[in-house]
Amino acid sequence: MDQHLLSLVLFAPLVGLAVLLLIPSRAATAIKVWANVSAFVGFLISLLLVLRFDKNAAGFQFVERVDWIPALGVKYSIGIDGISLLLIMLSTVMGFLALLSSWNAVTDRLKEYYAMFLLLQTGMLGVFMALDFFLFYVMWELVLVPMYFIIGVWGGPRKLYAAIKFFLYTLAGSALMLLGILTLYFQHHQQFGFYTFEIAELMKLNMPLGMQQWVFWAFFLGFAIKVPMFPFHTWLPDAHVEAPTAGSVILASVLLKMGTYGFIRFSLPLLPQASIDHTIVQVLAALSIVGILYGALVSLMQQDWKKLVAYSSVSHLGFCTLGIFALNPNGLAGSVLQQLNHGISTGMLFLVIGIIYERRHTREIREYGGLAHVMPVYSVVFAIAMLSSAGLPLLNGFIGEFTILQGAFEANRVWAASAVLGVIFGAAYLLWLYQRTMLGQVTNPKNLHLPDLSLRELCVFLPLIAWAIWIGVYPKPYFDILEKPVQQIVERVRPGYYQGRAPALAASPIPRAAVPGAAAEGGH
Amino acid sequence: MSQFYTSTDHFVLIPAIMLALFGCATLLFDFLVPRQRRFLLVIVLAGLAFTGYGLYQQQSYLAASGFAELTAFNGSVTIDGFALFFNWIFLIAALIVVLVSYKYLEIEGEHHGEYYALVLFAQCGMFFLATGTDLVTLFVGLELMAICFYIKVGFLRGEKRSNEAAMKYLLLGAFSSGFLAYGFSLMYGISGSTRLADVAAAVAARPAWDPLVFLAMVTTAVGLFFKISAVPFHMWAPDAYEGAPTSVTAYLSVASKAASIAFLLRIFWVSPGPLAAAREMWEPLLIGVSLATLTVGNLAAINQTNVKRLLAYSSISHAGYMLLGLIAGNETGIKGIAVYMMVYMFMNMGAFIVVIALRRKEIIGEDLDDFAGLMHRNPVYAILMLVFLLSLAGIPPTAGFIGKYFIFLSLIETGHYALAVVAVLYAAVALYYYFKIVRSMFTRELVEKAPLASSFGLRLALGASGFMTLAIGLYPEPFLRLAQTSFMR
Repeated sequence: MDQHLLSLVLFAPLVGLAVLLLIPSRAATAIKVWANVSAFVGFLISLLLVLRFDKNAAGFQFVERVDWIPALGVKYSIGIDGISLLLIMLSTVMGFLALLSSWNAVTDRLKEYYAMFLLLQTGMLGVFMALDFFLFYVMWELVLVPMYFIIGVWGGPRKLYAAIKFFLYTLAGSALMLLGILTLYFQHHQQFGFYTFEIAELMKLNMPLGMQQWVFWAFFLGFAIKVPMFPFHTWLPDAHVEAPTAGSVILASVLLKMGTYGFIRFSLPLLPQASIDHTIVQVLAALSIVGILYGALVSLMQQDWKKLVAYSSVSHLGFCTLGIFALNPNGLAGSVLQQLNHGISTGMLFLVIGIIYERRHTREIREYGGLAHVMPVYSVVFAIAMLSSAGLPLLNGFIGEFTILQGAFEANRVWAASAVLGVIFGAAYLLWLYQRTMLGQVTNPKNLHLPDLSLRELCVFLPLIAWAIWIGVYPKPYFDILEKPVQQIVERVRPGYYQGRAPALAASPIPRAAVPGAAAEGGH
Repeated sequence: MSQFYTSTDHFVLIPAIMLALFGCATLLFDFLVPRQRRFLLVIVLAGLAFTGYGLYQQQSYLAASGFAELTAFNGSVTIDGFALFFNWIFLIAALIVVLVSYKYLEIEGEHHGEYYALVLFAQCGMFFLATGTDLVTLFVGLELMAICFYIKVGFLRGEKRSNEAAMKYLLLGAFSSGFLAYGFSLMYGISGSTRLADVAAAVAARPAWDPLVFLAMVTTAVGLFFKISAVPFHMWAPDAYEGAPTSVTAYLSVASKAASIAFLLRIFWVSPGPLAAAREMWEPLLIGVSLATLTVGNLAAINQTNVKRLLAYSSISHAGYMLLGLIAGNETGIKGIAVYMMVYMFMNMGAFIVVIALRRKEIIGEDLDDFAGLMHRNPVYAILMLVFLLSLAGIPPTAGFIGKYFIFLSLIETGHYALAVVAVLYAAVALYYYFKIVRSMFTRELVEKAPLASSFGLRLALGASGFMTLAIGLYPEPFLRLAQTSFMR
């Protein structure tokens, strides 16, 4: 069981998909029920990973290696460490909740809709599990097709434009990334005499710095477009605004993390010298900080509820990349945690928008106001989502941003100082959004009789709220899980970093004691 | 010259003999027993089966004897892994074309026995293109194939655009053959022999940048570029592809291109490639041509609304990718061309079969609008078309990715980084125009509700193409081995 657990998680959605295809298109309820059941079962299976994961073990766990294309040296090689585990859990949870949220939202071409989501699920999980670069690339591209259809078929008015823009942007980036991969592959053959795509093997490569830098930039284009980092973010607002709610949720929660995950899993360990190269670090940190500030400022200006949240993703993901290129344990661990947090908070925000859009079919912020009087439960849920996104202490966002800032501070004080501005702007646009939509008197008569959350809708939010509070109050388990993999990456990139220091994460005061003092610093 | 016609000569020639015999039989049968088209089909399929058996025997003989090659007619025809590989491609392409043509020609109202005979004769020409190791043999093979295609492109006698296409193709084709003949005559002048091996030796003995060799190389290359529709000799392709009966377009775009690529490789690469030694001369030329081909093919396809024209431009760009493999010129690159060709056959054939299925009486069915809502009309065809288009665009896990993979890898291996970057970025451009069809199929409302034209043969061919496109993508191992053993000694 254990030795195939990961494959089980990976292919459970595909099995669900195969059965789904056998259900006749007319049986709408059966399709919905089955799709939700298979996503839920997928989530349950993935829970086993958490139970059996050994956080003290170094290296990858649940590893499976089978020859796939021996002629090319390609292996079906999967395995996870703490970083992948968190992202996999995020994928299975959000995958299920996104489907659950579409119960009433989607009415036409149900079967195709759910089929696309299940296919997407396998692709996402594959990206986070792959230990073979070829497999990774296949999974990475596999994600594009269902997402294209989800945006292009069930999206808003400009869906076709948004869908193809999403596809082309990502494809152009990943095609260049492919060249980087092939360069590593070829170099490995030159040095060791056999072809392989396995990351563990490729890490043994000894490449001159110049070549590492080229490959780094090739990877960078692939990952940065996906994240998206400034200035490659322009596809994101379009895709988010046009995508159906569940599509936005998955896009924001999981798909964007593929980019940051790529940096952590591939760029840093495979190209360690390039990753600490002064120019590269400076450029990436600068782009991250510009992204943080630019995303936040643009969010302040938005009239469209969903676009606002979309741009806030650019800002939040800027924190994640900044944490990565702080290249120290706090930065990296904070970055991974913040990826998880962003998935939870922004996922909730998009769900919140989806619910109001289902009722009113508009996302113009000025159409709303005073909704707290009409939909009290809804406004509370929104408040929690908003505060968690804004980084209020005791909620998840705070822990992530704080740890990243700590890492950034350690690396370069200017970075930390600039990034803190982003935290303040973040609080500003989110609170202002809340004020404009929820508080005050109901000004628009159309909003007077909106129904509050139904039980199903509430059920979508409850697990996410619980998760947000859990991370906010007691993040220690998460840092424990992340400690080993982060340590490995830091040691790989900066050998000797740990010498003469206490293991940074374990000694870090954040999980328990930092809340009061830090609240003043990041206080919003 | 000890013997006029040895048993080896005969053994080597069996597939060609079968093709010619059954081609004549088809013609005769149609003349003697008119309107018995089912039997006609049986004869053609039998002809292909016998050809396949001949190839199989040759293959097993080579495998059993351990010889790398089998030459006949004093070295003017050679059976080796390379020739067999391409012959299998021609055979499968012909089989698919015959299967889909039956119903299609009924709809077009131009169902004649000659059509099938011409398929067999054309394949006979291709046989010599892949096996020929003598300038004259190659030239005759090329003309045999080309003349069959001139007729087939204009097969819809009542249709203006078919006539126009045939005329254009004929005129430009004849012109390019002239260039080729000129190049061949220069090669003969250099070496005093028509054997490729002798030419190769003579060319290698010449100094670098010898003007005579240069002239021979340029004129030969022009003729070959025309055949594979490389830019700037591609003008005929969109018109010929659009005007020809769709089944012929499919055949033309796959088999004719494969044969011309085989021809190109025989001249430029496969031992004894007569111009292989002049690499420093043709490499810059080839780089320029392949870049132009990728650029024009991909950019011109963007604005097409006729799917056949769109696929014509896409097939131009695919020729560009295959040329890149030759530019890299290492083992990976050449193997890449082989794999690419195999993959291209299935995916391109598949896409054209779907176009064929849309053709009905009164409805031409090849506009983007005709694809509107295909998902509602026939989900299986729509999904298969999606697979073919993804594969053409080179998205994993479809076969097209494996083809492009080798080409890109070979460019990286030989240090052509800039070319590699251009090539991968054009793959993104290509996706845009392929997805115009996808968009039409999946997001637009259904206009034409009548069911698609279909027959057993068509479904069989479509299913096989779809299966292979996915199979090569998901588990390429056996196919890569095949390409490896065929091309590498």
